[in-house]
Amino acid sequence: MATDSKQLPEVIDPKTDKVHSWPHLVRAEFLCALLSLIGLMVWSLILDAPLESAADPTKTPNPAKAPWYFLGLQEILVYFDPWMAGVVLPSLIIVGLMVIPYIDINPNGNGYYTWKERRFAVSMFCIGFLILWVLLIIVGVFFRGPGWNFFAPWQPWDTHKVVALTNINLNMFLVENFGLEFLRDPIIAAIFGLGLIGAYYSIGAFYYMVKVKSSKLLQDLGVVRYGITAFLALTMFALPIKMLLRWFFNIKYIVTLPWINMNI
Amino acid sequence: MKEKLRALQETIVQSDVWKSIFRHGYADTPRNRILMVASNVFLHLHPSKLRRHGLTLRYTWCAGGLTFFFFLVTVVTGILLMFYYRPVAEYAYNDMKYLQFDIPFGMITRNMHRWAAHAMVIMVMLHMFRVFMTGSYKPPREFNWIVGVLLLTLTLLLSFTGYLLPWDQLSIWAVTVGANMGKATPGLGSQGPFSEQIAAWFGIATPRYDAGSLLTAGTVVAAPTLLRFYVLHCIFIPVVASLLMIVHFWRVRKDGGISGPM
Ligand code: HEM
Repeated sequence: MATDSKQLPEVIDPKTDKVHSWPHLVRAEFLCALLSLIGLMVWSLILDAPLESAADPTKTPNPAKAPWYFLGLQEILVYFDPWMAGVVLPSLIIVGLMVIPYIDINPNGNGYYTWKERRFAVSMFCIGFLILWVLLIIVGVFFRGPGWNFFAPWQPWDTHKVVALTNINLNMFLVENFGLEFLRDPIIAAIFGLGLIGAYYSIGAFYYMVKVKSSKLLQDLGVVRYGITAFLALTMFALPIKMLLRWFFNIKYIVTLPWINMNI
Repeated sequence: MKEKLRALQETIVQSDVWKSIFRHGYADTPRNRILMVASNVFLHLHPSKLRRHGLTLRYTWCAGGLTFFFFLVTVVTGILLMFYYRPVAEYAYNDMKYLQFDIPFGMITRNMHRWAAHAMVIMVMLHMFRVFMTGSYKPPREFNWIVGVLLLTLTLLLSFTGYLLPWDQLSIWAVTVGANMGKATPGLGSQGPFSEQIAAWFGIATPRYDAGSLLTAGTVVAAPTLLRFYVLHCIFIPVVASLLMIVHFWRVRKDGGISGPM
């Protein structure tokens, strides 16, 4: 068998613009892997994995932080109860991601970077991923200290920092500021709160009904795809809305349903 | 001398043993280039030819490939760690100390496992981001995107279950934060919505029998949790993730290779 290593001229199929995987792809992968391995080794030589004192179930650290990739979700815990922040929203993120290929029927931008041809899809994804996931992780990692209070990275953690908790539920906020006395009643308040949430989601329905006649896009999308898209988008925006309500009006819950142990 | 070496080489390369292992020559011919990939079970994950576009780092960031690479690093280092680690509450922490201070290369093995796991999480997020930005989930790749989302979930769970194993203050409390969420599952968690009703009617969603205790093998993160997470971390999730990765890579090829402008 011939073992001489004559260099083969570059073979590029002009019709399909294809090259051989060996050596082109395999070489690139090998180089990527090699460089990453070197990087990982250097990282491992200069920085040791953390190991704190032995587990002690009687000593709760303050703050107790989840692993960094879950700190976005832990940050959401400030604004929503665990059943939302820890269960419903993560499940919706996973399901929501999975349905993307089926609700995005725009054929453009398949296989290349583009912003102009997919403005809606790209902006939604960037808001969700870059702001509500990555940015919240950064806040959780670097800006949260004892009591889950806000600390700048250069501020020392003061365990005794007390932030006055003046949060009130939406119905009491309306009672106190607008004199809507009837909202004192828990049942009326619950109906009112649920109604508000229903109204929020019906924005999506109204938009569809008003626009569907004139919008080719909505007609192509159809009511099912549109409904799922609107539901997911509105749910996503519920988070920043609730953040704003908390920051500016100290609102804790929109609706409380103590009978079934559920607050939103 | 040179002649002799050549003769030796020829004898080896012509021998039955050699030919039984390597089915083709090494000469750089188009035929051999294809055989190189097609007759190797690992390289065969690749197509034998691909569009030049798919090679550009600017397009893929090699993010999917590096996710897989870091996964392989955690498999190798993880197996090494398993030789020294016992998932028992009395031993686990001491085994970590022993590993770090007494085992040759123990510290760097642990570091590489830890940082490769973090790198994998970072890369899988970047990979998803680039796949979205290039619209690569569009037909015909819809299903592979779904497989990808499952892989993303499994990657996070893999990292999360591993986080508990050092059995130090950092790990049990970090996992407690996460595991407590199980208790809040609507209908299935003892502290979630409808818990009272479900507990009264069906006898589940009590603190002992709810989604949280299924995850932590008890009402709190304790010794039984450690064993549960260990098995999930070392066997169950890696096996499922490996299977899905095989499907994922297979589908990349079957869906026409790396996406690109038509
Ligand atoms: C353990 C996790 C994963 C591994 C090891 C992995 C690996 C890979 C590899 C090696 C490729 C080839 C192209 C490239 O490197 O970019 C690829 C492509 C792809 N991946 Fe992943 N992936 C993972 C997770 C995901 C996730 C989370 C998604 C999306 C949610 C995803 C969706 C896709 C799609 C749609 C393609 C085809 C892209 C194209 O043709 O341009 N994968 N994956």
